Amino acid sequence: MQDNSTLPFERPLFELRARIEDMLSNSEQTEGLENQVRVMRQQADSMEKELYENLSPWNTVQIARHQSRPTTRDYIEHSLDRFEELHGDRAFRDDMAIVTGLASIEDERFMLIGQHRGRNVEERHQSHAGCSHPEGYRKALLKMKLAERFNIPIVCLIDTKGAYPGIGAEERGQGIALAENIRDMSLLNVPVICCIIGEGGSGGALALGIGNKILMLQHAYYSVITPEGCASILWRDGELKAEAAEVLKLTSKDLKERGFIDDIVPEPLGGAHRNSASAAKFLRESILAAIKEVKQIPQEELAQHRYDKYRKFGEFLSNQTLPDFDEEEKSAEEALEAESGAAQE
Amino acid sequence: MAFFGWDKLKLIGKSDKQQINKKEEGSGPAVKCKRCGEIIIKKMLEGNLGVCSHCNYHSHISAKTRINLLIDEGTFVEHDSDLRSLDILGFERHGKSYSKKLEQEIKKNRMLSAMLSGVGKLKERPVAIGVTDPNFIAGSMGSVVGEKFTRLAEHALEKRLPLIVVSGSGGGARMHEGLYSLMQMAKTSAALGKLREAGVPYISVVTDSTMGGIWASWAALGDVIIGEPGAHAGFTGPRVIKTTINQDLPEGFQRSEFLLEHGQLDLIVERCEMRDKLASLLDLLLGDTTKTA
Repeated sequence: MQDNSTLPFERPLFELRARIEDMLSNSEQTEGLENQVRVMRQQADSMEKELYENLSPWNTVQIARHQSRPTTRDYIEHSLDRFEELHGDRAFRDDMAIVTGLASIEDERFMLIGQHRGRNVEERHQSHAGCSHPEGYRKALLKMKLAERFNIPIVCLIDTKGAYPGIGAEERGQGIALAENIRDMSLLNVPVICCIIGEGGSGGALALGIGNKILMLQHAYYSVITPEGCASILWRDGELKAEAAEVLKLTSKDLKERGFIDDIVPEPLGGAHRNSASAAKFLRESILAAIKEVKQIPQEELAQHRYDKYRKFGEFLSNQTLPDFDEEEKSAEEALEAESGAAQE
Repeated sequence: MAFFGWDKLKLIGKSDKQQINKKEEGSGPAVKCKRCGEIIIKKMLEGNLGVCSHCNYHSHISAKTRINLLIDEGTFVEHDSDLRSLDILGFERHGKSYSKKLEQEIKKNRMLSAMLSGVGKLKERPVAIGVTDPNFIAGSMGSVVGEKFTRLAEHALEKRLPLIVVSGSGGGARMHEGLYSLMQMAKTSAALGKLREAGVPYISVVTDSTMGGIWASWAALGDVIIGEPGAHAGFTGPRVIKTTINQDLPEGFQRSEFLLEHGQLDLIVERCEMRDKLASLLDLLLGDTTKTA
């Protein structure tokens, strides 16, 4: 499966490739053409390599959101050996934004929980482009607890802009559903592996994101807020999104350096959407290796292993004292106070 | 019961100066109610625990004031007051600097972080208590707030003390600390998981406003969840929802009364009754087993 729709930063590369195709199909002369094409192809290849080695964080966000980027259902089809889908939260509705079911790769059985943003217009409509309602998170937790009862590892695929922002979602307790997932995932007595395959959007991603091992696709991103949201709240200008993407440190490379993820799952050159078969193969291998690795942790230590993993996150200063305040500062402080109401978000 | 800290009230809108001046003649400074817009003499508002006598709006009060309202006089011992946030990601662009913001907030609030935590007695019963201060960067959670909460929960677990946390945060997870902030949701929720398994009670008190990552982690995880009247609490802010779905939100959307009606709060308690109610709930939950004179 190939996809050739371009992102803005890829345009020069695609234009070069198009020129090569053009030359091959239109030219009548054959003499010397072969050589010229070979040189141009080499040029294109090295341009592509360089482009993808020097992606800006914002480029990464664009790739993670690419319309043709493989979704959870693509990986279900191409990365797994078996999959038996299990629907519903047994309470309200079957939220199509989260797909759940029993799965296997080779000898490893697991419960797959995946956020699905949809492969076409109809699916995207059904799943609100991967933004779950509370019943989706409750469906996920219900299936995780089913897995726990049968001592089956859990694999979560994360791909969401965030939890769905709507009236019904709030009426049915979006915040409570997220919080309970986060808490209860930390307590599970089976191995949990999480992989961010596209967008890792804030609390909606974290609610499937408490694992013993965290994987992340090379060009996925994971952030406390979208770059657009950050730029518009902080700098009152959503167009500064590229800068926000940079400062938020949301790429797989940055997050691995800071210890938020354990391993990066490689993607084919140009991103998973260029060659979804090979992306599926990489993910399959990474999941299999991760399951084998996490199964080494004694069962009674799994929850504590997860606790320790998240317990250490946080950077701050200790042994600090309040500064002294003099009168001058006090009046400056009052001025600040008068305007601070407007500064709150 | 002694309390202090009313100077942190922030109810004045600039356009109301004139009206305020009029009312202030002879009766001292006045403030404007954020919800109903009524001008109230500050002293009267203070006497009413920061509750508007016209619309019953429970306005912001500082963390210190909250502790003084709930905890027996002279029994509060603060924990981890030495922790201070830092600008780990280098958020210093377009004239906005997180480091400077922190400095200003520390001066303004006379606190190093947005949370006050420690132990004390509530009507003679020892408790662990934490309060987020909505005046400190909107009471949002970065590494320090997450760490203080987690240490408090761990202390409560070790000593088997009931845990009470009063949340007030319009901000949720603090974006200036990126994924460090998001992971505080994981850290604090996991700590509450341990408390839950050990049977140590946790009461969450939700005040105006408790949003985003705070509501979607510790605030929504109480064994008992109490709301102050009219408190605004939810995951997504109303403005974002409104722009997404392009329709008006129902009256009272995401307020305590709405949450109670939709089964998300256990009860709504007036500020002046909170201390008695907490004591009564703990008595009924635990019996006399952990009560000491």
